[in-house]
Amino acid sequence: MTPAPSNLPSQNSTASGWAGIREFVRERWDLVALVVLAVAPLVVPALGGALGGQVTTLFIYCILALGLNVMVGYTGLVHLGIAAFFGIGAYLMAILTVPMYPFQIGFLAATIVSVLATAGIGLALGAPTLRLRGDYLAIVTLGFGEVVKVTLRNLEQITGGMKGLNPVPPPGAGVKVGGLDLGLAFAIDPRWFYYLALLALAGVVVAMRRLEQSRLGRAWVAVREDELAASAMGISATRVKLSAFAMSSAVAGLAGCLYAASLSTTADPNAYDFNRSIMVLCAVILGGLGSIPGTILGVAILVGFDTVLAPWADSWIQQMNINPTGSSLLSFSGWRLAIFGLALVLVMRYRPEGLVPSRRLAAELHEDHA
Amino acid sequence: MVNRRVAVPQMAQHQQTLRGKTPAPPVVPGSWKTVSSSQLPESPPVSAQFFLQQCLIGLTNGALVALVALGYTMVYGIIGLINFAHGDLIMLGACLALSLVTAFGLATAGPTATWLGIAMLIVACGLFCGTLNVCVDRIVYKPLRNAPKLAPLVSAIGVSFIFMNIGLFWLGPSDRSFPELLPSTNLLPGEGLQFTWKDLLVLVVVVPLMLALSLLVQTTRLGRAMRAVSQDPTAAALVGVDVDRVIAATFFIGGALGGAASVIYGLYINTIGFQMGFQNGLYAFTAAVLGGIGSIPGAVVGGLVIGLVRSLSSAYVGERWTGAIVFAILIVILVFRPEGLLGRRTKEKV
Repeated sequence: MTPAPSNLPSQNSTASGWAGIREFVRERWDLVALVVLAVAPLVVPALGGALGGQVTTLFIYCILALGLNVMVGYTGLVHLGIAAFFGIGAYLMAILTVPMYPFQIGFLAATIVSVLATAGIGLALGAPTLRLRGDYLAIVTLGFGEVVKVTLRNLEQITGGMKGLNPVPPPGAGVKVGGLDLGLAFAIDPRWFYYLALLALAGVVVAMRRLEQSRLGRAWVAVREDELAASAMGISATRVKLSAFAMSSAVAGLAGCLYAASLSTTADPNAYDFNRSIMVLCAVILGGLGSIPGTILGVAILVGFDTVLAPWADSWIQQMNINPTGSSLLSFSGWRLAIFGLALVLVMRYRPEGLVPSRRLAAELHEDHA
Repeated sequence: MVNRRVAVPQMAQHQQTLRGKTPAPPVVPGSWKTVSSSQLPESPPVSAQFFLQQCLIGLTNGALVALVALGYTMVYGIIGLINFAHGDLIMLGACLALSLVTAFGLATAGPTATWLGIAMLIVACGLFCGTLNVCVDRIVYKPLRNAPKLAPLVSAIGVSFIFMNIGLFWLGPSDRSFPELLPSTNLLPGEGLQFTWKDLLVLVVVVPLMLALSLLVQTTRLGRAMRAVSQDPTAAALVGVDVDRVIAATFFIGGALGGAASVIYGLYINTIGFQMGFQNGLYAFTAAVLGGIGSIPGAVVGGLVIGLVRSLSSAYVGERWTGAIVFAILIVILVFRPEGLLGRRTKEKV
């Protein structure tokens, strides 16, 4: 998607022409990406259709993965149930806004309440379990994910069972700004949601950068590197881990809110199962633990593989008439799992730090090799 | 098969749902609605006999879970890897078992041939899964011995996807039924408790395998080497243990136990599908953690506990809540006993 951020000082920033532009792109890849993504819907008409919805979902998964990155990347705690918090966010959003319930508060208020509540649930799960060792914590998060999925599926009176909760009204329903009905605009043109998700993603990226540099962010990394040493330096490991847990849950909750609002339904509870958690975890690890551009790239690759490359390759195979008998051995989708699995294995074998490693991690690995 | 337990219809229904549905939960949207609360019995029967029957089912199921859990716990104990591919390895074992049953026409063979055939199946699938597990270790995990801890875990997830894809090509996308090879006559006198050939088969295979395993680990040279590597690989290498060979042996034994489990699974549950590995692996892994991951008796105890919890909660609360109850109990136990039921408390080393 975008080239890796370079940690080289810009030596030839005065150079003009093509080299200068390249240098600028390398230095400020984020700004360039933001501008390109912001202009794209105005230039590419397809983004006003189904494609726009897909890209919106991609942005939402990026937010989810950035939330997971706080726990797995910065703090080094394996989390196998992030989809549960994604789901909790989505269902809280729905409960606060669907006509079935008496609340029906606005989008912004519902988002704030859901995010705070999701963080609270994260705290409630984390407080008793954070003293567990790594793998035990991983299985607790996995178990929590299963409990949430089963509960969402079975509490039919509250969650609507397999039907999910709908319709979730679009943001700004009933709000009129200068003669423009915002709710209607969101419902008709997917580009509104595209921009909303892009804005949220940009906000989360900025927040994550600030967090990375903050006292808390450095404490997360310290606990990841060596918990005992960090404690000896006066960091309360429990409190730091708990804050990471809460932050992860909150960001995942935010992603869930946007997801439910953009689909205008919570979808069925299977959308929040272990597979989703694993996919997001793989995206974070594939891209590079603790690296913001890496996480985004990882999500783009995984989601792009499923929603863009696989259907395209299938239709290409169909067009070239390679597979007249319709055998699954000759269709691209038939190999989807194997290709995905092989990619994970190869990346871990040859580039365990991820595709776009965080500077700190890359430096450490480099040091080890020297 | 549906009507064979007319004497106690209520119980038969529960047993049917437990056996028929636990392997791979239906992924078809809406299928869960078929078990709505109105269709469940108003109040579960409270007779002691019903309770005993559920315990019996639970212990038999639990023995099967324990056999799979051993594969997780052995690998974890020796290289600290959560082998996510283990469940899918067992799925491949079940694929091979089904293919062999079809190829040799075991479904129509006489009683002696059937028992011999089952023994052959267990050996063949055990060898297959064990060898496959060793190959995966050599190719995928071995280069990552010194990599960051997450790398082998993610590789294992990758291997699990590859296995699932192979299973998809082998079995096709929908579930396949595994032929009933054993007569379903009740072995216990009277009309009360049910204990069929299938239940007997599980115990006849699982209990000796577990005894053999504990003998191997406690008394043989290889077992001593395994324990040494598990405690400290560097120190073990210093005193002359060939660490790589011990790890390979561990993968082989864990995989072979899984292969045996896959045959019993097919004969006992009678439905296999390419997605069965995930759910079963999850339960078995939970059992291993519950008992204290790395501890062999722990895996057995954990498996039996998971089996009991599953059957009792299916009978008294409703099958659709089983998954939630199993994991809720797991979380509660871990909160109060973070090292698992039989695990050792490890001190953080500087």
